[in-house]
Amino acid sequence: MSDVPMVLADRVSKSFGSNHVLRGISLEVPRGEVLCLVGPSGSGKSTFLRCINHLERVDAGRLAVDGTLVGYEERGGKLYELRPKVAAKQRSDIGMVFQKFNLFPHMTALENIIEAPTLVRGLSKAKAVARGKELLDRVGLANKAGAYPAHLSGGQQQRVAIARALAMDPKLMLFDEPTSALDPELVGEVLDVMKGLAESGMTMIVVTHEMGFAREVADSVVFMDDGVVVEAGRPDDVLTNPQHARTKAFLSKVL
Amino acid sequence: MASQTAGKVAEGAGAAEQAEVIKAIKLRHPWRNVFAVVVLLALALFIIDAAQRPAYSWDTFGKYLFDQRISQAALNTLILTVLSMVIAVILGVVLAIMRLSPNPVVKGVAWLYLWVFRGTPVYVQLVFWGLFATIYKTIEFGIPFTEPWATLTTDDFVDVFWLAVIGLALNEAAYMAEIVRAGILSVDKGQDEAATALGMSWLQTMRRVVIPQAMRIIIPPTGNEVISMLKTTSLVAAVPYSFDLYGRSRDVSAAIFEPIPLLLVASAWYLLFTSILMVGQYFLEKRFSRGVGQARPEKLITPTTVQGSENTK
Repeated sequence: MSDVPMVLADRVSKSFGSNHVLRGISLEVPRGEVLCLVGPSGSGKSTFLRCINHLERVDAGRLAVDGTLVGYEERGGKLYELRPKVAAKQRSDIGMVFQKFNLFPHMTALENIIEAPTLVRGLSKAKAVARGKELLDRVGLANKAGAYPAHLSGGQQQRVAIARALAMDPKLMLFDEPTSALDPELVGEVLDVMKGLAESGMTMIVVTHEMGFAREVADSVVFMDDGVVVEAGRPDDVLTNPQHARTKAFLSKVL
Repeated sequence: MASQTAGKVAEGAGAAEQAEVIKAIKLRHPWRNVFAVVVLLALALFIIDAAQRPAYSWDTFGKYLFDQRISQAALNTLILTVLSMVIAVILGVVLAIMRLSPNPVVKGVAWLYLWVFRGTPVYVQLVFWGLFATIYKTIEFGIPFTEPWATLTTDDFVDVFWLAVIGLALNEAAYMAEIVRAGILSVDKGQDEAATALGMSWLQTMRRVVIPQAMRIIIPPTGNEVISMLKTTSLVAAVPYSFDLYGRSRDVSAAIFEPIPLLLVASAWYLLFTSILMVGQYFLEKRFSRGVGQARPEKLITPTTVQGSENTK
């Protein structure tokens, strides 16, 4: 059980029309580890992340979360597309945090958090509220339960978004450039929350340009370019002592 | 003076001396005033004239304004409006979702509906509905091209009131569909993604996330459509249904040979209703703009923990 990796990608490919965004991505994320995906924009990092919870469908290769194939079911050597209900069930176990937060603007912070647990999991309102407040406290926003997203700073919104994802008790958290849309002085508060989450043993895949965070928190770093994994390994190896010319060129620009 | 100010800045305490408030002579706009006076004079002349003009016969207006036949007709007009609008909104939502469907047949059917019902005048449609019983004399239940199980004579159950409601509703649904579609498309795609990523189904996403946000875009034009519908009900004479406000005032005026005061009576009632609807629309718009626009006091939720507040850095 526990030796099955949380995420296992085997030659995952994806194209939009004639644009091959992912060209055979293979990687493995063990349970409880943090993987940082770095690379230039357009390299396919976000697309790969979106494939993991089936927001995009994989064209070729195999992608499994917790030993279960994502988006498809294999029976008798054939792949069947999942029914929407089953796909939704799979997604509900995977938390996702977006670059643009995507909080529901017509709901308060607390309402944002309790929405999916009550609606999807059938949790009672009282329990969901109690859990929601606990999570808000965890991301340092206990006093913002009744605030609408428009009245929160970017950093606060992103922390609510993290709490919202955590409310579903996910076994895996995906972060799609969670700090890229933030003012520089707000980046730290979000990274702090993510760091705390990593320390609590959450399995995380983080697409990021924050090399400091990658170095400090990640168990492994994958450098992607042009739809392929160029280099992967311990953060120190990849970020401090890159072997490939493309990695070196990229790092020299962002560090 | 200047050097004094510079000195203060140089001291750099940040407590800069408050500059003198500007008291300039306001720019005059004489032509604006002239124009306003001219407009007011013209309006006053018109009102004074109208009040005295015998053709309006205000005493007849007063006599029939609260006539029981008229107020009953006003109620009928309201019921017509509400029923048609309710059906139109429901059908409009269905058509809008059909038009956004990935299924080309479903999409095509919705498009065809819009093409027909927006492309022909509502008056013509209402005449057609009036002829429903003539076109379809009987309605048969059963498998096509075999002996029917049951046959209904259309004339026995069709009622002009319901034909009017259906005629108005089906025409309006085409417009509502476009309004709803625009509303749904206005919601950021990220909202749909966030809901999907949380494991919400398509229906849950629509009901809880997309539609409530689309409402902000849908409400104002829908309010206009309700007001427009209230007035369009005056066309139901085409069916012919004649117990609506306009139809009834025409009937009354035909009996007393005084059409003009009765037109004023009908207009007064229409104006009253549209004014009420405008107020209602204002409050609905306010309700659905939650979380956007100008600041609004936070909902009162007492935090259970105080120590976990704002611990950045």
